[in-house]
Amino acid sequence: MDKIISKLLFLAATSSTAILALIALFIFKEGVPIMAKSGLAHFLFGNEWRPLQGMFGIFPFIVGSLWITAGALILGVPLGVCCAVYLAEFSPKKWANILKPAIELLAGIPSVVYGFMGVMWLAPIIRTHLGGPGLSILAASCVLAIMILPTIVGVSIDAINAVPKSYKEGSLALGATEWQTVWRVILPAARSGILAGVILGMGRAVGETMAVIMISGNATIIPNNMLDSVRTLTANIAIEMGYAIGDHRQALFATGVVLFFFIMGLNMIALKFSRRKF
Amino acid sequence: MRISPAITQRLAKGVLILATISALGVLIFVIGFVLAGGFRHISWSFLTEPILDMGRGGGILPAIAGTILMVFVAIGIAAPLGIASSIYLAEYTEEGRVTQTIRFGINCLAGVPSIIFGLFGFILFVVILGFGWSIISGGFSLAAMILPTIIRTSEEALRSVPKNYRDVAASLGATRWQVVTRSVLPYALPGILTGVILGIGRSIEETAVVIFTAGSAVQMPKSLFDSARTMAVHFYILAREGISNENAYATAAILICTILIINVFAYSLMHRLMRGKS
Repeated sequence: MDKIISKLLFLAATSSTAILALIALFIFKEGVPIMAKSGLAHFLFGNEWRPLQGMFGIFPFIVGSLWITAGALILGVPLGVCCAVYLAEFSPKKWANILKPAIELLAGIPSVVYGFMGVMWLAPIIRTHLGGPGLSILAASCVLAIMILPTIVGVSIDAINAVPKSYKEGSLALGATEWQTVWRVILPAARSGILAGVILGMGRAVGETMAVIMISGNATIIPNNMLDSVRTLTANIAIEMGYAIGDHRQALFATGVVLFFFIMGLNMIALKFSRRKF
Repeated sequence: MRISPAITQRLAKGVLILATISALGVLIFVIGFVLAGGFRHISWSFLTEPILDMGRGGGILPAIAGTILMVFVAIGIAAPLGIASSIYLAEYTEEGRVTQTIRFGINCLAGVPSIIFGLFGFILFVVILGFGWSIISGGFSLAAMILPTIIRTSEEALRSVPKNYRDVAASLGATRWQVVTRSVLPYALPGILTGVILGIGRSIEETAVVIFTAGSAVQMPKSLFDSARTMAVHFYILAREGISNENAYATAAILICTILIINVFAYSLMHRLMRGKS
């Protein structure tokens, strides 16, 4: 009896890995043929996305995803790491117990609500004060910076808390101020964990879809500056999935393949960093 | 000029506090913005009437029903599977190559963007298995997405159970399964529930997965094989297609309130578990 239960539990435990394999299998099966047909280089580095003429080049979307993600990291990482340092090292413990879940709540707000806020509030501000169409890289980066904050804060706090107490005590005993201890001792020691958080945040930013569709403007061109509209890989899939058929639909799955590789690469790097010990 | 360490510390602390306050400010602003715009339009009839005229009039009852049914399907699959996985990982095995592979699968699955789950669910459940755009397809896809959340939280809960609970039960001659079901699970229950509730929250927030697997029918679903929209999808369509800003705000307000209640409940459960431990 106990043997059977053990086998069943093992089977359940492998389900995540099995699902991951199934996802890869089905997305690749749908997407890879069209990549082969139009040539991998043409698909990845082609500038023209004209589904009706059978031209599938996703380079503008790759550039779009990278711009928006870079912007989100530039805004979100300093903010997130500062929050994490404050909550882990400086704030009274009672506050930290309330503030940490509050920041995690930012992850609980539906991405469509962020997108809506971007459209109603942020885009008009950018349009009137900075010019351009408003729905832009800048708008998307601002919103994504907020959306990746909980990931960065959560992982960074864990990394900071994992630094052995003796490091901190040693530094303070030598007469360093709290800030010197944080800056010279704790942050360097927690570096790889914080980096893991940043990379996980990057994965979230690259993968985010609905908010980005609503606020990035979705133009299928290569952007010149932060105020241009762009379309990301995720947005490309989501916008056209509703009506695409045949080669067109396969090309969307192929976009998914590229996205999948991108995210898996980031996950591997993050896992590697988070495993590193002191 | 050299700035004294004490002043640097004060400056740095100021910056950190500022960062934390701005992160919380954003949270409060988003919630406030949506509630202020939405509360005026919420009424009893809004909650209990069918969707009329594509959402220009009527209420959101079918979207509420769609949300609840889809969450039920998703949790019905993901909760048993996830809890069984976590029992295997925490109680039935030693850390080794097998658990490493399983954990790797879970971590990667957790990083997969929702749009990829959408593509996967669309091709497997909607097309290949022939469920069509339906609550079943949507629920299955959501189940795959929330599985890692449930596994991680419930494993953490199981690991927080003191070792002597197991030892005492085992010394009385209980089999491993009896130890787990009679002694470990009752203690870990609040933590496991937290995982399930967070999974519910994730399902309610999600748009990208649902829109490609469950479609967006406005009618009241009559069976699990009917297409239905969730509140998040309904809000997205209202906002994106500019159908009705008033109803969009109202739907968003209800969505945010639901998420807030769910998260606060989940954290208070978790908090109770932690307090019980110390």
